Amino acid sequence: MLEAMLAALSDLLTVQHLIYMVVGVVIGLSVGIFPGLGGIAGLSLLLPFIYGMDPTSALAMLIGLVAVIPTSDTFASVLMGIPGSSASQATVLDGFPMSRDGHAARALAAAFASSLFGGLLGAAILTGFVLIARPLILLFTSAELFMLSVFGLSMVGVLAGRSLAKGLGACGLGLVLGSVGGAPATGEFRMIFNTDYLYDGVPLVIVGLGLFAVPEIVDLLRRDQAISSDGGLGAGWFDGLHDWWKNIWLSLRCASLGTIIGAIPGLGGSVVDWLAYGHAMQSEKNTENFGKGDVRGVIAPESANNAKEGGGLLPTLMFGIPGSGSMAVFLGGMVLIGIEPGPSMVTTNLDVTYTIIWSLALANVIGAGLCIVLSQPIARLTTIPFPQLAPFMIAVISFAAFQATRSLADLIALLVVGVIGVFMRRFGWPRPALLIGFVLAAQSETYLYQAVQFYGWEFILRPGCLILLAFIAVSVWYGMRNRVDDSAGDELRADIDDLPSEGMAGRRTRLPQILFALFAGAIFLAAFLDSLQHSFLGRIFPMVMALAGLAAVTLLLVQLWTKGNRHNVSQDTEVMGEYANDPEAGSLWAGILWMGFLVALSALIGFFAAMVIFFVVFLTFRARTAPLRTVLLTAGAAAFVLILANALNLRFPEGLLQAYIRLPWPFG
Amino acid sequence: MTNTTFTRRAALALGAAASALALAGPAAAQEVSFEGETIEWLIPFSAGGGSDTWARFLAPFLQEHLPGNPSVQVVNEPGGGSTKGANLFDARARPDGLTILGTSGSTQFPYLLGDPRVRYEYADWNVVMATPTGGVVYTTPQTGVESADQIADLMGQDLIYASQGATSLDLVPLLGFRLMGLDVRHVFGFQGRGDGRLAFERGEVNIDYQTSSGYLQNVQPLVDEGSAVPLFSWGALDDDGNIVRDPTFPDLPSYVEAYETINGEAPSGDEFEAYKAFFVAGFPAQKMVFLPEGTDQAIIDAYKQAFIDIQDDPEFQETKGATIGDYQLATGDAAQNLYEQGTRVRPEVRQSVVDLLTSEYDVSLD
Repeated sequence: MLEAMLAALSDLLTVQHLIYMVVGVVIGLSVGIFPGLGGIAGLSLLLPFIYGMDPTSALAMLIGLVAVIPTSDTFASVLMGIPGSSASQATVLDGFPMSRDGHAARALAAAFASSLFGGLLGAAILTGFVLIARPLILLFTSAELFMLSVFGLSMVGVLAGRSLAKGLGACGLGLVLGSVGGAPATGEFRMIFNTDYLYDGVPLVIVGLGLFAVPEIVDLLRRDQAISSDGGLGAGWFDGLHDWWKNIWLSLRCASLGTIIGAIPGLGGSVVDWLAYGHAMQSEKNTENFGKGDVRGVIAPESANNAKEGGGLLPTLMFGIPGSGSMAVFLGGMVLIGIEPGPSMVTTNLDVTYTIIWSLALANVIGAGLCIVLSQPIARLTTIPFPQLAPFMIAVISFAAFQATRSLADLIALLVVGVIGVFMRRFGWPRPALLIGFVLAAQSETYLYQAVQFYGWEFILRPGCLILLAFIAVSVWYGMRNRVDDSAGDELRADIDDLPSEGMAGRRTRLPQILFALFAGAIFLAAFLDSLQHSFLGRIFPMVMALAGLAAVTLLLVQLWTKGNRHNVSQDTEVMGEYANDPEAGSLWAGILWMGFLVALSALIGFFAAMVIFFVVFLTFRARTAPLRTVLLTAGAAAFVLILANALNLRFPEGLLQAYIRLPWPFG
Repeated sequence: MTNTTFTRRAALALGAAASALALAGPAAAQEVSFEGETIEWLIPFSAGGGSDTWARFLAPFLQEHLPGNPSVQVVNEPGGGSTKGANLFDARARPDGLTILGTSGSTQFPYLLGDPRVRYEYADWNVVMATPTGGVVYTTPQTGVESADQIADLMGQDLIYASQGATSLDLVPLLGFRLMGLDVRHVFGFQGRGDGRLAFERGEVNIDYQTSSGYLQNVQPLVDEGSAVPLFSWGALDDDGNIVRDPTFPDLPSYVEAYETINGEAPSGDEFEAYKAFFVAGFPAQKMVFLPEGTDQAIIDAYKQAFIDIQDDPEFQETKGATIGDYQLATGDAAQNLYEQGTRVRPEVRQSVVDLLTSEYDVSLD
């Protein structure tokens, strides 16, 4: 073993192999910076060059890329509030408020230190466990995987925010949204409403961008400021590293959690950041600042998401089962260079395995180093007046969105989810709860069905399940202990004294909230009605979830009707929060209409032409940019999108125009 | 649907478009050359999957053996279980030889079953190559079966199989086990054969199959240590369309032989015809390459020849192991033959399969 490790290291440390690794790292960093683009897009860029390369160079390049995506995706999450990839959605919650408070540098430094530590720990655990991992991985049957899904769902307790009813309602929305498409047990298509797009379900990237990026863009557009409220970056580099060091135990726990979750095939990496974030909220003291810019909310997910890649390699190498989308592409790459994963990876191919592990560790070091160097210039983005930045951000998230299925429907779905996200933000519905429900819907349904098929309902008595059940109980208990009391008013509410609170007049001030709750109820009702058409196995999961959602919404409506505005359940940023009595702020609808304009124009003339027109119109009329500058910015953005699309072999969504006229790429 | 341009790189270079038009005309039919062109190889699956890897492995060889050595790019258009990309190809690809489609069993099955999302017509396309694959069915010694010739001992036992879905490629084992008379419960919702193998290793299921390369890599070690017993291979198709032993596994009985061991006679009748149609679409004709409707014969011939040349390329034979296994590409008439058998099914036979899926597995296809 030691021999194979050293041989792999000396093989890797040749100039040629290191150059390929740096190429992989640089491409990985560049791809990772773009919101919505992650390992899948990055690896697809490299695949055409893989065939015929020598295996060590190819592996170093591929792993170099995979390893650093969760490092550089932090930029978008922290600086823009846009989840850089599904692995750093949770980073947004505290990283972005830190940027808005002018602490971007500190947040980034803490994030990169955590990423580096997590990545190295993941590689270390991989080194130790690779020889004994096989039986351990086989311990996790469908029954244990179901319990792990429930464990993930139990995090909703701490992520629910101020109202448990809204938390459960949001989680229910996620579970219902996640059951759109083929039923795992029967293949019946649920809630598709005769739309081809919905057959495959709603893509995760759309839900992530819609819930987190769109509301932030809409919000920023209401004020003509830079993202950083004081226009600065803060000089907190050292503070950030210090923050990480102070929380090294949290970082260690989250990195271990990330490695383990990554190593269990079937759970997928997209919940790792939320589990880590939830864990931090449960285990740490003084959590009232979480969600408002607590650096621990950055350290936890960032430690976990890099570690996850090390763990994720275990099932990929041992069993040839990819734990995530990017691991699936990596697996394809391995086959192209003639390496087939399987038990041989710890026997005859052990040196290959160690090449991969060393590459992972080295790439993390190089990646974190480059990110620290790059972050000063990149962080300046937060000092640009937002109206000038906005069209770029809207174009970038649209571009990311149609990576999902490469059709106009992606943009429409983004807009719809985005509007829901905007109103969830306004009415204090916890968006993380929806996301957790969404991600875990398919897993919990599939594994529950399989567990019952294989073991009957007695599956719950399996030792592994009982242990996990204890974990879930502890998680719920900690979550409840750290919750703020639903009924306690707090000091934020001071500004609502002049509003009527009780009686019909008070209810009238809560009317928008009541309407939104009714809207959520309507979604649950639609899901319930749809489920009636299906067979028992196809119907039971969405039906139960819809009924649970209806119960949560009913509770919420009762509270909104009977409690006053001081109750925590009542929240409406327009009437009694940040935008109340703020005549300076623009309309909530302005940003939504701008995005709608881009989508509608794309439907007419295709995305690329629409994007160019959108840029010119937005910069001229909204940002009031001078004509020459408008032309330059538009040309720059267009050129950039073209280069990216060309590299990714991408055609842009077409509009009505293209149905009648054959246009050359990129217009057709 | 629409008639928009499909090959965007071709549009980047003006000359490219001009020569493409020229190619489509009969005047240039004698000398097909793709010099300076970019060929888009549309794969209706995501990057990294089996079909994608297959195309990416073949692309450099195609580049080398097509006249004029064009650049060959693999373009992924996943979605709708591969129906989206195939629909796109059917609606928009121009017959200029610059856009080709790679399909798999997952594209053939919805077509054969009459999935409402299918808006493509295999009969309109021109096949230029088919790549067969195979698979081996195995069980655990806990069933009491210790070798392939004891397969009849499985009769009457409760067997469980980890399936990806009744309309997926796992329809072949579903129909096959049923025809044999084995009592197999299919548990759905698995994400690929690898996932199913994991369930086998965890002891959740007791009968499974893996495609050839997956079997050699991951199941052979289990066989060697005595925790898995191979039963039969799905088999290959000979020139007369008979199911024979898989050349990769010459020592294992084929499906037909295993059927005979259990039932004492060779399979026949409508149910066997249904099984065979989906077997051919799923294994011997699993992956195929198509040119769109109306493509000039000279272009079709150039592609056919290119694949014949690839087959003869020593480098191809030497490196194909990891992606294609021991199988040979079916070119020329052999490809045509497989295509016809793998994409046609009598309406009554189709209906009987659909009825079976509806009545026993709650599958609705409309």
